[in-house]
Amino acid sequence: QPVAVAVLGHLEQLALVDFRDAEGVERLRKAIQFADQLHEVNTDGVEPMDSVLEDRCLYLREDDVTEGNCVNELLKNAREKVEEYFVAPPGNIPLPKLEERETFLQGS
Amino acid sequence: GLCQLVWRFQVSAALKEGHVTPTELCRRCLALIKSTRFLNAYITVAEETALKQAEESEKRYKRGQPLGVLDGIPIAVKDNFNTAGIETTCASNMLKGYISPYNATVVQKLLDQGAVLLGKTNLDEFAMGSGSTDGVFGPVRNPWSYSRQYKEKSVPKSHSEDEESNWVITGGSSGGSAAAVSSFTCFAALGSDTGGSTRNPAAHCGVVGLKPTYGLISRHGLIPLVNSMDVPGILTRCVDDAAVVLGSLAGHDPKDSTTIQDNFKPFELPSLPDVSKLSIGIPKEYHAPGLSSEILALWSKAADLFKNAGAKVIEVSLPHTRYSIVCYHVLCTAEVASNMARFDGLEYGHRSDMNKSTESMYAATRREGFNDVVRGRILSGNYFLLKQNYENYFIKAQKVRRLIANDFLKVFGSGVDILLTPTTLSDAVPYREFIKEDNRTRSAQDDILTQAANMAGLPAINVPTALSERGLPVGLQFIGRSFQEKQLLTVAKWFEKQVKFPMIQLEVVKRHNHDVFQHQKSASFS
Repeated sequence: QPVAVAVLGHLEQLALVDFRDAEGVERLRKAIQFADQLHEVNTDGVEPMDSVLEDRCLYLREDDVTEGNCVNELLKNAREKVEEYFVAPPGNIPLPKLEERETFLQGS
Repeated sequence: GLCQLVWRFQVSAALKEGHVTPTELCRRCLALIKSTRFLNAYITVAEETALKQAEESEKRYKRGQPLGVLDGIPIAVKDNFNTAGIETTCASNMLKGYISPYNATVVQKLLDQGAVLLGKTNLDEFAMGSGSTDGVFGPVRNPWSYSRQYKEKSVPKSHSEDEESNWVITGGSSGGSAAAVSSFTCFAALGSDTGGSTRNPAAHCGVVGLKPTYGLISRHGLIPLVNSMDVPGILTRCVDDAAVVLGSLAGHDPKDSTTIQDNFKPFELPSLPDVSKLSIGIPKEYHAPGLSSEILALWSKAADLFKNAGAKVIEVSLPHTRYSIVCYHVLCTAEVASNMARFDGLEYGHRSDMNKSTESMYAATRREGFNDVVRGRILSGNYFLLKQNYENYFIKAQKVRRLIANDFLKVFGSGVDILLTPTTLSDAVPYREFIKEDNRTRSAQDDILTQAANMAGLPAINVPTALSERGLPVGLQFIGRSFQEKQLLTVAKWFEKQVKFPMIQLEVVKRHNHDVFQHQKSASFS
């Protein structure tokens, strides 16, 4: 069962990752098909499990500042920076709509 | 001489007694890394810093004040652990050139014990894969491809066909670490294990691969794949060495709140382990489709060994085993979708030149930085997390996870101490065979026997057992109760002593002083 183009476009937007080609889309279809086997299992009355350590209390440490002041260290790894800021291109510009975007999905 | 020093504890003794110095040992390992470069086990070799660490260690030994048994011991670390000042790439374009500002806790602990960090080992990109073939630095070659044992058994189809096309994979995703330990370039290596990524390559490379209980060892600094399943893994040439490394790594870390707060006491294994009072469970579902008859026979032989030693060996059932891989597929892709969101080019890693908008920069960066496998998992994960799918896929998988974990609880609750299973379905396949199938298919096939232990958070270990008909290693797996590593390793050590797995007879090209290459049978290693 193929996945709707609208959903594919939506996924690309959410993930900020593209399918790139028909193979990428087929990969998703196979992944869904594979995952559908889960529905063979009867899970009535079963609680979802987040973590195998669910019976334990999460460790919370004291709210004391014990390290930091490493701005220079952290900025070293960024490509675009100005003084102590990471520099991003202009925000609040949504990705072009599917129809306007350069994506092979247009042809589907 | 030095050639005899294969096991860590032998080396420690030698260092203490001054038979060998840390710098000699370090140089020897670095030279061996150079001469085994064709294995592609290492992404980065930290020669300068390693020698410095070795020199410091030497000073301590001269003063008679070594930090412990790991002082001066050369180790390697999988390239998905952060290492301060040393490139950490995860074998991805996304992190090429990324120099970490900090050490992962496990790396820091090893360095604090005086271990010498030789370098970072190769893996599948972002630890996604079961072959160590899908990283940007190319595939890792299994050292056993170049062993006398394998060559004796392989029949070249034609005179021109040589080992170049016949080499076999290491398994994955911690293939580089497994190959590094297997080829004697280090005494221990760190891997990671989310679905079997430490045990699988350990089995194929003939080394011990330990997956500790989830929550025992800190994940701080381990670049995450699946937060609820990832653990650092330990690869060594014998079980005793794994126990020592575990001893230096385990314990609560305030920087990782998923580590348990119980006091951990490092332990030594008994020199003469006794298994006669134990109950060994043989889960029938692990006789999975595709299991080679060879491995089935070895598994059966192993069960007999325990029986003959007086242990109670019984067949048990873990009914949801076959859903483990499907469950993993959904939970893994979902967590990956979340974890990979941090790679946007702003703070670290690759950044695209595209700068029209933040979103388009992010999209272009991720398009350029991730390979197909990673992108595929991100997209799948996002699909399963869509509002309309969340209940049917993600929550459903979490419910199935509980059923899988409960299967184990039931079995261990009925008096079984340890489970004995195969680790892999077959011995290592040739690279050219492996790449015929895609990554997801392969992972689904190869993780079948290892994945459930990650689902349930249980400790598990691969112990090299015997050579296959093709002259390649086959291992068997023991799965233990949560936080019962001592019992698990005791059983593993007993088994190791029984099977006496042969040492690899590696044939390594050695370079002479005058740059003349010469094949030299490293009989000194056997």
